[in-house]
Amino acid sequence: MRIIKLKYTVQKDDFVKAGQASSNIKKLLKKLGLDTQILRRVAIATYEAEMNIVIHSEGGFIEMEICPDEIIIIVEDCGPGIEDIDLAMKTGYSTASNKIRELGFGAGMGLPNIKRCCDEFSIKSSIGEYTRLKLVIYNR
Amino acid sequence: MTLREVRELLNTEVLSGEEFLDREIKTAFACDLMSDVLAFVNEKTLLLTGLVNSHTIRTAEMLDISAVVFVRGKKPDDDTLQLAKENDMVVMSTKYIMYESSGILYSNGLRGACLAEKES
Repeated sequence: MRIIKLKYTVQKDDFVKAGQASSNIKKLLKKLGLDTQILRRVAIATYEAEMNIVIHSEGGFIEMEICPDEIIIIVEDCGPGIEDIDLAMKTGYSTASNKIRELGFGAGMGLPNIKRCCDEFSIKSSIGEYTRLKLVIYNR
Repeated sequence: MTLREVRELLNTEVLSGEEFLDREIKTAFACDLMSDVLAFVNEKTLLLTGLVNSHTIRTAEMLDISAVVFVRGKKPDDDTLQLAKENDMVVMSTKYIMYESSGILYSNGLRGACLAEKES
């Protein structure tokens, strides 16, 4: 399998299109014949990350590199950044609005759930500038 | 249990995926919080929910959940149904509330979904 690179932009506050990037990614990986459990972990991680961009940032992108033995996902947004990453990683902590909660999100599960799905997880953020996730899921 | 049996037991209206009612489901999960569905559901299951928007379908798509029952008579809009159709998903609506829907299915042998620990 050759290396495939993809990039999707994600708009802030666009709750109609939210999830489309993850849906496209999942459909493509399915076509490539990826193992269903791995596919599922990629789908959950990208969907949670995509929702985070829509909900919390000023917009951003999801970049994927599909290699024979691993899938590398970079998620980066412009935006307020995360003040306290340890707190944001805590299950149940959320800064989401009531509107977001009415959509079924904002329970403070997103980042911990992304981490749970990945073999490697790193997060960097700078206040007023960006948040960047690097996720690696092994395909071996 | 097949989705056809779910339809009989909950007296549902089938809104999408009529042709897939012979699908078998082994467990169910009842929840309005998609964050919880994404974090805890670890297998193909039936989702019972009162949350009627496209993110219910998107969440189900991500988790390979092939059937959703909207409780207390709720129905999604056409765009949401269209999304379900594109993903070959069965969508039904029942007049029962979530508690009764769950009770009826459980007492007829449908167990709760196993919760995910660490995905591996």
